[in-house]
Amino acid sequence: MSDTWLSDVKGRFAEARIQLIDEDEQRLAPAHLLRVAPAAWTSAVALCKGLSMRWAAFWAVEQATGFDAFTCLEQEGHYLLLVTSLEEPELDSIAHIYPAADRPQRHTHDLLGIGFRGQLDNRRWTRHQAWNEDDYPLRRDWQAPKSPSPTPPDDSYPFLRASGNAVYEVAVGPVHAGIIEPGHFRFQAVGEKIINLEKHLGYVHKGIEKLAQGRTPDQLTRLAARVSGDSTVAHGWAACMGIERALGVEIPPRAALLRAILAERERIANHLGDIGAICNDVGFSFPLYQLGRLRELLLRENDRLFGHRLLMDRVVPGGVAVDLDQAGQQEMLACCRELESEVAHLIEIMERSESLEDRLMTTGRLTPEWAAELGCLGYVGRASGLDFDVRRDAPYAPYQQVKVRVPGYRAGDVAARAKIRAEEITASLELIRQFIQRLEPGELRSPLPEGRGGQGIGIVDGWRGEIISYLALDETGRVSRFFPRDPSWLNWPALEQLIQDNIVPDFPVCNKSVNGSYSGQDL
Amino acid sequence: MLGMFYKILKTGIVTEKPADDSEIGQLAPELKRMVDRQFRGSLAIRMVDAGSCNGCELEIHALNNPYYGIEQYGVHFVASPRHADALLVTGPVSRHMESALIDTYQAMPKPSYVIASGDCACDGGEFGVSYASCGAIENVLPVDLKIPGCPPSPAQLMRGLLLLMGQRNPTTLR
Ligand code: SF4
Repeated sequence: MSDTWLSDVKGRFAEARIQLIDEDEQRLAPAHLLRVAPAAWTSAVALCKGLSMRWAAFWAVEQATGFDAFTCLEQEGHYLLLVTSLEEPELDSIAHIYPAADRPQRHTHDLLGIGFRGQLDNRRWTRHQAWNEDDYPLRRDWQAPKSPSPTPPDDSYPFLRASGNAVYEVAVGPVHAGIIEPGHFRFQAVGEKIINLEKHLGYVHKGIEKLAQGRTPDQLTRLAARVSGDSTVAHGWAACMGIERALGVEIPPRAALLRAILAERERIANHLGDIGAICNDVGFSFPLYQLGRLRELLLRENDRLFGHRLLMDRVVPGGVAVDLDQAGQQEMLACCRELESEVAHLIEIMERSESLEDRLMTTGRLTPEWAAELGCLGYVGRASGLDFDVRRDAPYAPYQQVKVRVPGYRAGDVAARAKIRAEEITASLELIRQFIQRLEPGELRSPLPEGRGGQGIGIVDGWRGEIISYLALDETGRVSRFFPRDPSWLNWPALEQLIQDNIVPDFPVCNKSVNGSYSGQDL
Repeated sequence: MLGMFYKILKTGIVTEKPADDSEIGQLAPELKRMVDRQFRGSLAIRMVDAGSCNGCELEIHALNNPYYGIEQYGVHFVASPRHADALLVTGPVSRHMESALIDTYQAMPKPSYVIASGDCACDGGEFGVSYASCGAIENVLPVDLKIPGCPPSPAQLMRGLLLLMGQRNPTTLR
């Protein structure tokens, strides 16, 4: 592994007289951990920005005294964790350096009560009205009220306002007009043109980080699998990886291959559904029904082979809860072939549709510059020149064994995001084929050591992009901290950016092409 | 264009007759009859995610795919609660969705059904009651039917609807 990136970082730190209080490459491997003093926090982060590192996550952990704040950065598959210890719940904001850190900091404030000095946007984010201004639910000594009174609506959130003669405002949600998750959107428009969109999320906050505390690894995995129901395999895998790394457990090779097969099937199923929905949002329903049919066949096969249509709870700490016998492998291979040719044919028909092209090309354009500034992930990043993929760039078992093809474009419009998804389906089918070929008889699950503590980090590529799960287990082996960073944290801000200057009726298709998870970011 | 028509022709109709699931097979004609009689051929459902992980929504969506084609029974999903006969709710009710859910319910013409869909909606599921969640739908609204499952499959959802329609007389509901 090339260590020049690390010596670059450390060299810059030394030049700027930033003292490293602690350094550890093992404790949270594959990330490299550097601990700095709170006073050096913003300068350290600014240096990383200067080295063009991508900002990935922020979270904090309450310690016996004070808090540890973590921020995660990445460059060419190398992960850096900057950590600082706070005696008082206060830290300098880094949102002016990395704008995507804004909402995670506000989330941390709402749940843990850490104040961010110099943060421009101090509005609450995850907290609406369910708990009081000075209640911090994630603090260890905080008790929820026994019988809380009904929660009033959050109707006084101070949205940004545009004014002027022709400006009007559209408020949408939290209950949307379809079968979708709840959130609130506030548009300001002139004529048909959107001049500003602001989101107000947090409606499906279920207290997952708090619920995780005190769980056993098995119980935690069930919860992690429900962070976002459409990414159940990926979130389950990331959480298990965190647990396994914390406990120093290697999973059997067969389990790794099966996990990857499940994850690729999850990716395909979601892309099939979304491509159809994108077309339907501009009034072309043919792909919705055709691809919906293929998705249903895939889900039925999931049910037949693995006992669950969406594959929930198939990934377990130490391995997997399912196997794939010879007959199942043959069936899957045959279905993959069939799916591949059907998808190729349908995509060809769609590509020939000029009216579809007309509606999708140049619509909802996210420039490569903005994508990079926000650190967008998955198909959103890949359609705008950022082709980072954990499977290829920071591979974990079993992806080291194969070549992962990662499609990329720079146009950044809805059409590019749809095209990436179509190409990812083919790439995933290729991967599934290779994984099946590599399946050797063997164990499905390694035992976990009892009652051992530790910290671990799981980093996997879900269908929306990189997922980072941080886990800490106490000495009894129970979870003391769980923070899963869904890719949606980084892709939601992109929607606000790419929608500008588009027309109001194109909002649904732009939104669908990004398809951020509400549940995954509200936690 | 021709390619598209050819594909449509070649695919044919995949919508399943409910006969491949015997329970649905028995209940489907009854559902259609009930919908025809009591809702003049059309049962309108407003779906609200009150805190779900989104797994439940994916399966509710599937009801509209060509295999289930729920509209063949006169059941369809509508955008406004004012057009709805039934409210299909998923998730534990997050505290932040509590008032929006109640408002949606109150905007419906009465009598109306409330259906709790999924383990979370039925009993709080994996999330239960907490500082952020009210738990089961019945902690917030009167519930007429619970469809368990995590998430319930489209077949289970159809069975649930059929049961509801077969067992209850909506005019006697609140
Ligand atoms: S019942 Fe299961 S699938 Fe449905 S919202 Fe709850 S956790 Fe998600």
